[in-house]
Amino acid sequence: MFEEGSIFNQLLVERLNYFIYVVLLLIGLWAMIAKNNLIKKLIGMSVFQTAIILFYVSIGVKDGATIPIYLPEHDPHASHLPLESNASEVGAHGPQVLEASLVSSYTNPLPHVLMLTAIVVGVATLGLALSVCLRIYRGYGTVEEDELLEKLEQMDGQTGGGRGRRRPRKRSPRRNTQESNQSRKVTSAEKSGSQKPNSSRRPNPKNAKPKPSGESLNKSETKDENRPKPVRKRRKSPPRKPREDSSQ
Amino acid sequence: MKRTAFILVLLIGLLLAWAARDFPAWGDPHSPASSSAVSSHFIANTGVDTEVPNMVTAVLADYRGFDTMFETVVVFIAGLAVFSILRGGPNRRTRDREFVVDFEPDLIVTNTVRLIVPVIQIFALYVLAHGHVSPGGGFQGGVAMGASFILIALSWDLKTALARFPIERCFTVAALGIVIYAGIGLLSMFLGGEFLDYAHLAKVFPVSPEMARYHAMLGVEIGVGFTVTAIMFALYAGLSTDGRMRDGL
Repeated sequence: MFEEGSIFNQLLVERLNYFIYVVLLLIGLWAMIAKNNLIKKLIGMSVFQTAIILFYVSIGVKDGATIPIYLPEHDPHASHLPLESNASEVGAHGPQVLEASLVSSYTNPLPHVLMLTAIVVGVATLGLALSVCLRIYRGYGTVEEDELLEKLEQMDGQTGGGRGRRRPRKRSPRRNTQESNQSRKVTSAEKSGSQKPNSSRRPNPKNAKPKPSGESLNKSETKDENRPKPVRKRRKSPPRKPREDSSQ
Repeated sequence: MKRTAFILVLLIGLLLAWAARDFPAWGDPHSPASSSAVSSHFIANTGVDTEVPNMVTAVLADYRGFDTMFETVVVFIAGLAVFSILRGGPNRRTRDREFVVDFEPDLIVTNTVRLIVPVIQIFALYVLAHGHVSPGGGFQGGVAMGASFILIALSWDLKTALARFPIERCFTVAALGIVIYAGIGLLSMFLGGEFLDYAHLAKVFPVSPEMARYHAMLGVEIGVGFTVTAIMFALYAGLSTDGRMRDGL
C-alpha cells in the first residue's frame, strides 16, 4: 500500500504536511458551510485560516537552513557583533551582497512576513466577527442560523418587528408629491411620530389590497431567499402604527 | 443541505489532495517559492540595504512597509468597528445582565498576576525593541503587551484593567501608533525620498542611510506595537462586556 509511487505513499508519506493542511482546511470549510451556530462557523473560519498559515510557513522551509536572521559571519555590516577579522574586511571592501551559495542557508523570509501580518489581522477580523455575533444575539436572542431565519420570518409577519428601521423613508416624499394639497404640517407630524392621519389614510384601497395577496403568496410559497426584503418594507409599516399610538 | 455540503467539501478535499502531489517536498531548497528572485533578493540584499540582520523585520517594515502600514490601519479600524458595533444600536435588552457574576478576585491568582505582569510587559518591550536582531517585532510585542492587560482584566475585573488603560486612551494610543508610522513615512517623503523610504532620514540624523533605516524600522515597529497593544485590549474589553465597558468578565 505504501510502496514507492503509489498515491498513498505520495500523500501520506512524502506530502504528509500538505495532507494535514488539506484535512484542517476541510474541517474549517465544513464548519463554515454546515454548522448552524454562527460561533461555530467562526471557529471553522479560524481553523481554515490556521491551515492556510501552516501551508505558507511550510512553503518557506528549506532543508539545512537556519532562521532568516543573519549569522554574525554573514552579516555584511556586522556592527552588532564586532568580530575583528570581519570588521577589518568590511572596512576594506564595504558591505557586500550575500553570495548566491549562501542564500540557500536561510529560510525564505517572505512567507513568514506575510503570515505575521495575516495572524494579527486575522485576530482583529475575528474580533469584529464576534462583535457582530454579539449584536445579533442582542437583537434576536440566538446565534443559531435556522432560529435566526425563523425569527426574521416571524418579524415579517408580526406587528412591526423590525428593529431600528423606524422610518418608512420612501413613503413620505411620494405622499407629498401625490397629495400636494396636504400641508407640510402633516409630514412634520409624521416625522415627529403622531401618525393618526396616516392610520386613517392607511386602509385605502391603494395600500390595502396588494398586501393580503402578498402575504398569501408568501405563506404558500415560502421562498427563503429574495423574499423578505421587499415584502418586509411593504408589510411592516401598517401594523406598526397602532403600537406607536399606544405607546403614546 | 448537509449532504450537499459534505459532498462539496469532500470534492474540494480530493481536488486539493490531488493537487498536493505536485507541491514541492518538505524542505526542498529548490521549491518555486524558495528559488524565486524576490526572496533570494531579500536574503542577499537585506544586509546591504539596511543594518538590520533580521530579514523578516526588514521585509516587514521596510521593503513591504506600505503593506504593513495598512495592515496596522486594518487592525485599528477593526477595533473601532467592534467598539461602535457593540456600543450603538437599538433597544439594548436589560436581561443581558442576568449572567453577570458577582465575585471576589482570587487571592492566589491576583498575587501571581501581580508578580508576572511586569515580567510580561518587560518581555513585550524586549520583543518589540529587539525585533531587529532577534525574532520579534511590533506585532508580537504588541500582542504580548495587550495580553498583559487582558490578564489583569481576567484576574481582577475589567474595571481594574480599565483604570490602568481606559478605553478612550486605548484608541488614542492606537491612533498614535498609526500617526508614528505614517509620520516616519511622511518625514522621509518631505526629506526628498518616497513615502516610507527611510534612507533619506540620514539627511537629518547623524547616521548612515543603512543605520537610518534601522532606526526608522524601530520607530515603525513601535508604532505598530502601540496600535496592536491598544486594539487587543480594546477588543477584549468590548467583547467581554458586550460593549458596556463595565461589569464584564
